[in-house]
Formats: sequence, structure tokens, C-alpha cells
Amino acid sequence: MLIIECPWCGKRDQTEFSCHGEAHIARPLNTEELSEEEWGDYVFFRKNPKGLHYERWVHAHGCRRWFNVARNTLSDHIHGSYKPGETPPTIDTQEVSQ
Amino acid sequence: MNDQQPQVASGSRADAVIKTTSPAYNRKRTEGDNTLVELPWIGKINLRGNPEDSRFVEKIKSVIEVELPLESNTQHHNNSVTVYWLGPDEWLIHCKIDRVQELMAELGSQLSSIHHAVTDVSDYYTVLQIQGPNATTLLRKGCPLDLHPEVFKSSHCSQTRFGHASILLHKLDSSTFNIQIRWSYTEYLWDYLVTALDAVDR
Ligand SMILES: [Zn+2]
Repeated sequence: MLIIECPWCGKRDQTEFSCHGEAHIARPLNTEELSEEEWGDYVFFRKNPKGLHYERWVHAHGCRRWFNVARNTLSDHIHGSYKPGETPPTIDTQEVSQ
Repeated sequence: MNDQQPQVASGSRADAVIKTTSPAYNRKRTEGDNTLVELPWIGKINLRGNPEDSRFVEKIKSVIEVELPLESNTQHHNNSVTVYWLGPDEWLIHCKIDRVQELMAELGSQLSSIHHAVTDVSDYYTVLQIQGPNATTLLRKGCPLDLHPEVFKSSHCSQTRFGHASILLHKLDSSTFNIQIRWSYTEYLWDYLVTALDAVDR
């Protein structure tokens, strides 16, 4: 079981949260010019890295706020969480690969 | 295009029974060392706004006469009102049910020029109160919070979960907790707690 830090409530059990996939996907602004392939990329295609992953979580049973988590998908180590709009923390990839 | 409306049996809406009480209403579990009761008729007002706007914070205080809690998972109260922190821009006011209309109107007029939302959620949630020597032990079974008396102390409150249900847990004293829950989950929580209490008190 993971302990996840909500930026507002602090450290809580994983079962209070739910994960909603890759973070920092911006909706394209030039929507009328997008090809079907570009729409497909935006709507369906997600990174699936082995290692560092920036992802969106929601504190579903708590304050019900969305935030981002930097997590290692291999070790489940959580490098940190940060509020929407904040710059993702830079993470030493050496540390990640361990 | 067919513009004929589907026929609704006459009187069907009027005959619909609107329940004004939660599934736990009039239920009591008072035998044994631990008790479980519903606290009906608590007025609940959801409040949204920007806590960095000092006018917002001051207007709220002038209406409810309680300082808005700005720290996460805390509550402030006086004799007639409790206000819970729910999120960085969201609070919940508990008051007597017959004060809801008056408070809603007063908040609405005081905040009219300030970005805000005030919503009556009195019949969206209810509050169960569990009291007894085993209350903490029992809550620990379904709730992931650290409920150790040195960590979760009297007057502490937190939104969390119990089993599959989202709750707002408020510790009144070492053996008494208020559990606010959505009406639609009340039966689930009630049955869960009563079954557990029967096992504890045996
Ligand atoms: Zn939270």
C-alpha cells in the first residue's frame, strides 16, 4: 500500500485516492486544424514508461482536489506530489533507475 | 418529427413519496457498552470562495460569528455553529435545521459582490454518532487514518473513508465520534457499524 501526500491534507493512505493517468496533457488550441491522427494522439495515446511517470491523482475520499504525483512505475517509489499549475519537480534519473 | 409528448399517468408525480429523513432515522443501537444514533435535523451549508480575499473571510465571520478554518482538516465552532474545512476553497457549516434559510439569505446578501457559492446540502448528508469504549477500535477497522489518541485527538476532524464510503469524521471526545455521510451510503454504514458493534459487545 502506498502512502501518498495530498498537497493540502498531507500524507494519506492510497485507498483514499484514485489515479487518472498521465499528467500535463494540454488540450490543443488549434482544434479545427488537427488531423485525425493528431486527435487520436491527444485523446487516446499515453506514455507507458518503465520508471519515472508524472501522473494525475485525485484525493477522492478526502478534499476531492486534483494534483500531480511523480512516481516510479517500476519501484512504486513516489518522488513527490505537487499542485496543478506548479512546475514538476526535477528528478535525478540516476536515482530513478535504481 | 413527432411532437407528441409521451403520456404521463396523471397524479404520478404527486403520488411520489419524497422522503425527508435518512435511512437511519428513528433507528437506535443503544444496548451494550457502545451506542450508535443518528443526529437528524442538522442544517448543512456548503460554502465556496477564495480564502485569500479578506473580504470573503471577514463577511463569513460577521454572519456565522466563527472564524473560517483555513488550515486543512480543522473545524471551528461556537454554541450554535460548526464550520469544517473541506478543501482550499470549500467549507461546510453545521447549524440547527431551522436556521438554514436565515443563514443562506444572510450569507447570500453579505457576499453578493464577492465571488462565492452557498448551497443547502442539509438533506444530502446525515450525521451518525458512535459513542463508547470501543468506538476508536471499531473505526480503525474501516478507516485508514491513524486514529491513535495521540495523533487524532479530541476536536480533530478529517475527511476520509470508512469501508467504501466517504465520510467526514469529527472526534468530540476520547470515546465519541460524529460521522457525516451521504444519505445514499447511510444504510451501508449503519449496517456495517451495527454488525461490528454486535460482535464487540458480545
Ligand atoms: Zn486532500
